Amino acid sequence: MCTMIVEKVSVTGVAKGGGNWFPIAGVNVGYDHPFRLPLEHAVTIDFVNEAQGPSARVAVELTPQSAQQLLDTLRDVLEQGAAAEAA
Amino acid sequence: MFTTDQYHGMLAETVTYAGANGDVIDAYLARPLGPGPFPSVVLIHNVLGWGEYYYEMTRKFAHHGYVAICPNLFDRDGDGSPEDVAAQVRADGGPPDDRVVADVEGAATFVRSLPYASDRVGVIGSCSGGRHTFLAACRTSSFDAAVDLWGGRVVMAPDELTERTPVSPIEYTKDLSCPLLGLFGVEDRNPTPEMVAQLEAALKEHGKQYEFHNYEGAGHGFFYYHMGMYRQEQAVDGWDKVFTFFEKHLA
Repeated sequence: MCTMIVEKVSVTGVAKGGGNWFPIAGVNVGYDHPFRLPLEHAVTIDFVNEAQGPSARVAVELTPQSAQQLLDTLRDVLEQGAAAEAA
Repeated sequence: MFTTDQYHGMLAETVTYAGANGDVIDAYLARPLGPGPFPSVVLIHNVLGWGEYYYEMTRKFAHHGYVAICPNLFDRDGDGSPEDVAAQVRADGGPPDDRVVADVEGAATFVRSLPYASDRVGVIGSCSGGRHTFLAACRTSSFDAAVDLWGGRVVMAPDELTERTPVSPIEYTKDLSCPLLGLFGVEDRNPTPEMVAQLEAALKEHGKQYEFHNYEGAGHGFFYYHMGMYRQEQAVDGWDKVFTFFEKHLA
């Protein structure tokens, strides 16, 4: 099934794809059919800059378990970073 | 039927035609070589984009004697690799139903104008394309036969409706204008067997001509030989049913 589950978030940052860095303006996070991962559904994360067209995209497809691990790690690293900045 | 002693040839190329709002959009067209007249099939690509799988499927229909046309339903959404464009469209909520229906209707008008095409036109699509196939068969009178391959979200709950998909397709069942073939996997979660039964009940209620097949051991997308969902036995049988159905209604 196509879930059509997708959330868009605006971000400030840069990403590297196709050998070049480019500024990104958003991240599209979905749970739907992946293009490449051999699963019916996966967590899809696209770092994009829509102003630069569809090709300004760094795509990641993760198993749900891996996405959860990434989420936990992001939280952990952010906490460590906040502690380091406060020291 | 293919036999080894026949001459076979086809032409396949990108063409343009007037879609929704008169917008000139791209389409991939494949046709057998020869004067025809050949029946036609409009292919509606899925949410994964106007890409290689649907190009191959378009040529498959040409191999079987059809003028086959697959419009780029994401034509207005920029250029890039099919995956990049499709990812952007999906993030934006998919293509608007009204635009898709008009694009598909335009494709039928275009192929009917071709000198080697007969006036018989079918439509087929898978996944979101199956849903759009049902919509096009209900909201236009352009088609002589329609094939819905596991179209999800034909039955939509009110909280699923959006500006781009404002009406649950099943609401249009009374307007279905041609015979419908539906192929589904019983392990699919959208459409579930219950959703398929709900659609079937609506078709019966309105006295529509339809033929549904529900495949055991298959879920969503069981024709997709490049993905883990592929189910060889069910896909081979399903393709036989597709060509038998189109031959019956388009020949």
